[in-house]
Parts: sequence; C-alpha cells; structure tokens
Amino acid sequence: MSENFKVTIDNITVEVAPGTTILEAARKVGGAVAPPTMCYYSKLEGSGGKCRTCLVEVSKGSEKDPRPMPKLVASCRTTVMDGMEVKNITSEKVPDARAGVTEFLLLNHPLDCPVCDQAGECDLQDLGYEHGKEGTRTEFPRRTFAPEDIGPYIQLHMNRCILCYRCVYTAEQLTERREHGVLDRGEHSRISTCIKNSLDNEFIGNVIDVCPVGALTDKTFRFKNRVWFTKPLDAHRNCSNPNCCGEVRLWMRGDEVYRVTARKDEWGEVATASNGKTGWICNECRFDKKDTKDWVIEGPTNINRHSVISQGHYAGTEGTAGKAEKLIDKVIGQEPKYTLDIHSVSEVNKPSVHLDRIPGPAHSNDFK
Amino acid sequence: MKLLLEKAHIEGIRYYDTYRKNGGYSSVEKALKMSPDEIVEEVKKSGLRGRGGAGFPTGMKWSFLAKPEGVPRHLVCNADESEPGTFKDRYLMEFLPHLFIEGMIISSYALGSNTSYIYIRGEYAWIPDILEQAIAEAKEAGWLGKNIKGTGFDCEIYVQRGGGAYICGEETALIESLEGKRGNPRIKPPFPAVQGLWMRPTVVNNVETIAAVGPIITMGGDEYAKLGAGRSTGTKLISACGNLNKPGVYEIDFNLSVEEFIYSDEYCGGIPNGKKLKACIPGGSSVPILPANLLLHESNGNKRLMNYESLSEGGFQTGTMLGSGGFIVLDEDQCVVRHTMSLAHFYNHESCGQCSPCREGTGWMYKILKNIEYGKGKMEDIDLLWDIQRRIEGNTICPLGDAAAWPVAAAIRHFRDEFEWHVLHPEEAQTRNYGLAHYAEPRTIVAAQ
Ligand SMILES: Cc1cc2nc3c(=O)[nH]c(=O)nc-3n(C[C@H](O)[C@H](O)[C@H](O)COP(=O)(O)O)c2cc1C
Ligand code: SF4
Ligand code: SF4
Ligand code: FES
Repeated sequence: MSENFKVTIDNITVEVAPGTTILEAARKVGGAVAPPTMCYYSKLEGSGGKCRTCLVEVSKGSEKDPRPMPKLVASCRTTVMDGMEVKNITSEKVPDARAGVTEFLLLNHPLDCPVCDQAGECDLQDLGYEHGKEGTRTEFPRRTFAPEDIGPYIQLHMNRCILCYRCVYTAEQLTERREHGVLDRGEHSRISTCIKNSLDNEFIGNVIDVCPVGALTDKTFRFKNRVWFTKPLDAHRNCSNPNCCGEVRLWMRGDEVYRVTARKDEWGEVATASNGKTGWICNECRFDKKDTKDWVIEGPTNINRHSVISQGHYAGTEGTAGKAEKLIDKVIGQEPKYTLDIHSVSEVNKPSVHLDRIPGPAHSNDFK
Repeated sequence: MKLLLEKAHIEGIRYYDTYRKNGGYSSVEKALKMSPDEIVEEVKKSGLRGRGGAGFPTGMKWSFLAKPEGVPRHLVCNADESEPGTFKDRYLMEFLPHLFIEGMIISSYALGSNTSYIYIRGEYAWIPDILEQAIAEAKEAGWLGKNIKGTGFDCEIYVQRGGGAYICGEETALIESLEGKRGNPRIKPPFPAVQGLWMRPTVVNNVETIAAVGPIITMGGDEYAKLGAGRSTGTKLISACGNLNKPGVYEIDFNLSVEEFIYSDEYCGGIPNGKKLKACIPGGSSVPILPANLLLHESNGNKRLMNYESLSEGGFQTGTMLGSGGFIVLDEDQCVVRHTMSLAHFYNHESCGQCSPCREGTGWMYKILKNIEYGKGKMEDIDLLWDIQRRIEGNTICPLGDAAAWPVAAAIRHFRDEFEWHVLHPEEAQTRNYGLAHYAEPRTIVAAQ
C-alpha cells in the first residue's frame, strides 16, 4: 500500500517500510553501521531508549523537512522518514557520546569479569572493548547492592545490572504474571521481587538469555565453566509445552551438557524458531534436560558474532585469531586443571560464599 | 497590571461566595457561550506561553491535540511544582483556588475533556483539601458535573496526590504516575497530544498557565497579547527567594528590569544587611546561574528585563532562561561551589534511573563536587566535571538530564576561579568563601578531551 522510505545511513542507502526504526534500517545495512544496543530487543515490545548506546546523528530529517535534528537520537526508538540521512560511524559527535555512555555504564560496574559467568558473551564487554577508553576516571567506591535470592533457577548479581529493563519486559510479555521489576529510584534502582524467591514461572528462564550482562545467570551453570571452553551445538526435542519451541543450543564439554540456552541470532537476540515464532524456551528444556540423550543434535552452532566464543573456530565462524585456534585445539578434551576447571581450583561456587560481599578482589582464602 | 493576583488580598476570596461576588466565574459564563474552537483561537491570539518551564505556546499545544472519533480526551494539570526555588503554583492554589478551577473548566471545555485531573505534589499535603472544596463548591453552583449550565458539556475534575518525586513533574512521568505506574518518563514520540493518559490524547499544562486562561477569555486574546514585551505576553508570577529583603510571590510585567525587581521596594527590596549581589538563578534550579553583571545587563549593555527573550539573550554564554520563574538570589557570602554541589545532589536524588547518562552521571558529578567543596578536589576535577555534564546534556530521555547538566556547566563557565580557589586553598575553603569577583566577561571553556 504505502511506498517504502529511502534512508541513507553512513552513506549507504536502504529502502525500508514506513514505521521502521533507524536501528532496524541500519541492521539491514549490517556490519559496523548497525549501532550497538544494550537495552533494545526487537522481540520485546516497548524495549529500548534507555541505555543510549545506540545514539546516532540525523544530519537530514527528511526529504520534506531537511533540517538536521538538534540532538543525537536513540536510533532504536526513532522511526525513519523518507529521505532521511543518518550518521553513525561517520559522525563526529557519535563516537564521543558513545564513549561517554560506555563510561557511564562502566562507572559503577564491578568489573568482576574473571568470576562472571557472562564473560565471553557479554554485551558490556564488547561495548567496552569497542567504544570504551583504557583506564577509568572515577576514584569513588562502586555502588553495591545486598545480594538477593530471586528464585530457584536464576542468580541475580545486581551489581552488574545496567537497568536495561529487558528482563522486566520479558516477564511481562512471556509469563502470565510478572513477579519482578525495578524498585527504588535513580542510582538506587534495582531489579527485585516484592515476594522473596518468587521467580519460578515456567518461562522465566528466558530472562537469562535477554540479560546483556551477567546480572541474571543460570544457577545450574553457575561457576561450572567458562563459555569459551564449551562447545555450542544446536539441538531440539519434542517439548510437551506448547509455548516452547524446543529448539536450543547445548553448551558441551566432552560429552557433558553444561548449559542449555535459546538460540541467538547475529544481533545476540533469541532467534526466530522454525515455527516462525520467537524461539523462547521453557524451564524444563533449559534447566532439566542436561543429557545428550534428551536431545536430537543437529550439529555445531554457526557462530558469527565477534565474541571470544568464535575463537573456537567451529563451522562457519569468522574468528580472527589463528593462535587461539591452536590453543583451543590443544586444550579441548585434555582438561588442564589450571586453565579449565576454574570451579575446582577456586571453589567459588560454594553456596555459602557471596562474591558480592567480598571487598576488593576475591582471594582463595575467601573460599576456604 | 495584575491579572492573576488582582483579588488575592480580598478577605475570604478562597471561598466560592466571596469569589463569585467579586466577579468570579464570569469568564466561565462567557466561555460557555463560545465554541471550543473559538476559545482555542483566543488562547492562540493571546500568545500565552506555558508557565511550567519550557515556555511552549499554549494555543499551539492545544491545537496539536488529536481528536479521533469516539476516543475521550483529557486535560491534566501539572501541579507537581518541585523545582527548587519555585513556589508560585502553591500560592495560586492555596489562596485563589477558584481562579484556578475557573481556568480548569474553561480549558476542559475548550479541549473537550470530560474528565480532567490535577496532579499535585504529595508535599503540598494541605492543598488538595482546598482544591477539593473549591471543586465541590463549583459543582454545587453548577459549574461542574453533568450538562453544565445547559450546554450539554459534562466535566469532572479530580485531584491526585503524587508521592513526592520531582521527576513526576515531567509530563509523561506524571501521566505514568497518574495511571498508577512507576513514574518513569516515556520515550517520545508518541507525544501526549496523541497518546497520553491511558493512551488517549492529553494536554498537560502548568497551574499558572491554566489560571491565565480565565483572564484571557475575560479580556480577549488580543488585549492580553498587548501586555508584556514581544513574544512574552501577559504577566508572570515570580517566586523570589534567597538573599532578599522581601522574598515572596510577585506578579510582574514582562517589561520590568531585573535590577528593579531585585532592588525596588515594590518588589524584593534589595539584598539584606547591605550585602552585594553575587549571582542569581532566575528561573528555577535547572536554569544556568548568572553572575551579577551579566544578570543585570545583556551582552550589548542594555538592561536585562524579566522576560523570556531578554533573560536568554546571548544563549548560555551570557544568558540563562526564565524557566518556571523560581528566582534564587545569592549574595556575596554565598559559595557557588557549595550551591552547585547541593543542586547536583538534588538531581542525583531525583533521577528516575532509566537512562545511563543521567543515572550514573548525576551521582558522579555530585561526588566530585563534594570532594571539591570539602577540600579534597583536584584541578583536573573541574575539567572532568565539564566533560561529564557535556556528555549528559542532550543525550538523555527526558530534560532532567539537561537540568542536571546546565547548573554545573554554568557554574564552571562563570565561576571557574571559585572552583580553582577551592582546590588551591582546601583548608581556607572550609572556613570562608571566595570573595566577590568581577565576572565581566563570560569565559570560554575549551572542552577537555
Ligand atoms: C524533570 C522535570 C520536572 C518538571 N516539573 C514540572 C513541574 O513541577 N510543574 C510543571 O508545571 N512543569 C514541570 N515540568 C515541565 C513539564 O514537563 C511540562 O512541560 C509542563 O507541565 C507543560 O506545561 P506548560 O506548557 O503549561 O508549561 C517538568 C519537566 C521536567 C523535565
Ligand atoms: S538484570 Fe539484566 S536484563 Fe534485567 S535490567 Fe538488569 S541488565 Fe537488564
Ligand atoms: S534523564 Fe534522568 S530522569 Fe529523565 S528519563 Fe533519564 S534517568 Fe530518568
Ligand atoms: S539500544 Fe537504543 S537506547 Fe539502548
């Protein structure tokens, strides 16, 4: 019915349907032209606009009204106009603003990547690597929150949370009743539940997959392995839950299934399943089916994100470091204790030890 | 010329009978004989600009209101008044509630809002009772309710108390809060005029804006537009506070000079104890602070006047903003660093925490300012502050981010030597303030990389 809009992003012109956001148009171009996103999630209605990492410059508003927009805009929540011209990587202002946002996001972040299960597949690590500056300009103690048990499956590390609200939208849109949300205001805002330990809905496990950082992690996988030592395989099973697509990714070491997650697309979002719906999975598939016998294995996962996981060089990966390939080849299946089995070396998964409560870097004595 | 506070001195004007005897509700009578579009037209002609801070033309805002068939529309009055230094709406609601309710009725009629709301800050604990009584009296007299005076127009007004969050004064956070949700500003678009309260078309206006609608209808938009100066039409309430002999709420003509407002006996009556004027924030805590010389004179040497254009003359290099009219005066004994720290604390405390620059940046600025104020600052901290505010401004969801950045930027722009003095004299800074300096030229700041 309506004509497509032409929009030019970093000098590349694409045609998109009216109502498309600048971000989705930029993803159509792909590559570095697509702005980084920390809060937007195309599968979650209402998400986006909060983290401000996707800011872009609109140098021409539209064919009809060519004036540039006075401020940088959040590309994830701004729709395109016909003839719009956008600058992302070609802008002079965007890199500075994005570096600023990165600095803000890291300002109170605990930087505990060495003991964080998300390390290696963390959007904040990627953002910091690509847009952050070396060193920090803050000299103040970082904000901390009291540890809190939010439910039987999911571990909350509030100190790592960037308040993207994705988990809130996920619970709102996937479960019949949302049991958690953001409490308090400003710097003290935190993810929490009104009723203690109440996150046990059969689809609540999906909040782990949407969380861009290690604030929500899988209790059944906690401290068991580093993601870059595990090997992802695509698999499926005939799940009895009608709302579960049963299509997953198994994270293996040897014959052991360490972790089950939903499949992700190239933007790090839960991928579309073969039934055409978003590939959310149920708790049973995620937490209880940790045996290869439960699954029909399809084959190695095609990873094309720039994460360290791709250093494993499985089929179709675009990993860059030849050296890493050799290292991985050496260590797989050998279990050298000092690099692989962090769990038994550091014993950090003792339930009585809360990393949040340890001031400064953790020491082996802390786990005695 | 007084339009709003004309009858403020009359004994018992808070009650309907006295108010009516003194000519009250004649503007509603007149308005109900007009068509809604005619009223919008009068408001457009009047040139009335929003008194909540942004100064957006009210008639234009009203004409943007979407009118889809079969969808109710709402008028929401923003009585959240939490901007430090601003207390003019309180005066209107407390002493002239019927003037305000009159404006609410006319505006509701003009916009076709059958259910209108007044969202009032929780700390004004006693005012909802005054408003609810005025509403009940107006209803009793037939100015509210079903089929008002036989026009076929129905209208109810409800008063909703807020929980005491500054951010709920931002119009979309206010709407969220009114809906019973967490007071987070919405990401715009869509704007309230299209999807506001319960996703229906909504107009949000400040108390003083609404109160001005009555006089506009009585005298006609053209007459109202003749008052004032240029695009600053009508009159404005200024709440003056700080080091003044006579702090309080004044209704001013837009041709009044800042100097006369501060020093004349008709208004603030000068600075107490023979002290000198050091600086002033003329429009509520969010607007840039100006040193005395720039406050009293525009960059071209002309006297600075109390209106939108004159106060913002020269942009932020040499000017500021009229904002909400919260006029805060600092005498020579006041410390700009301490003052800036206290504002930074306020914005840090009031950030809703949705977007990262404001959530993280406001706290960072506050901590650095605290260090400088308490003698632990470093020279680099001043450039760092500049850099932080620069990266908050314009990059956030709602204007609270800008409101947090501007005071810091202006303080450094105009009073950098005071910050430096704090760093160089950490011990002395604890016991005395930096003297009255001559800030004749605006400083140009080279942004630190
Ligand atoms: C953080 C923040 C706080 C605000 N607080 C108030 C307030 O207390 N009262 C008010 O009238 N407007 C306030 N505003 C402005 C409103 O968003 C809105 O612009 C105003 O109510 C519109 O009314 P007007 O056009 O009549 O000025 C605030 C804005 C921001 C960003
Ligand atoms: S817990 Fe994770 S998903 Fe939820 S708001 Fe925090 S960072 Fe986002
Ligand atoms: S600028 Fe501050 S107050 Fe406004 S939405 Fe962002 S975090 Fe909330
Ligand atoms: S991704 Fe657009 S603001 Fe977060």
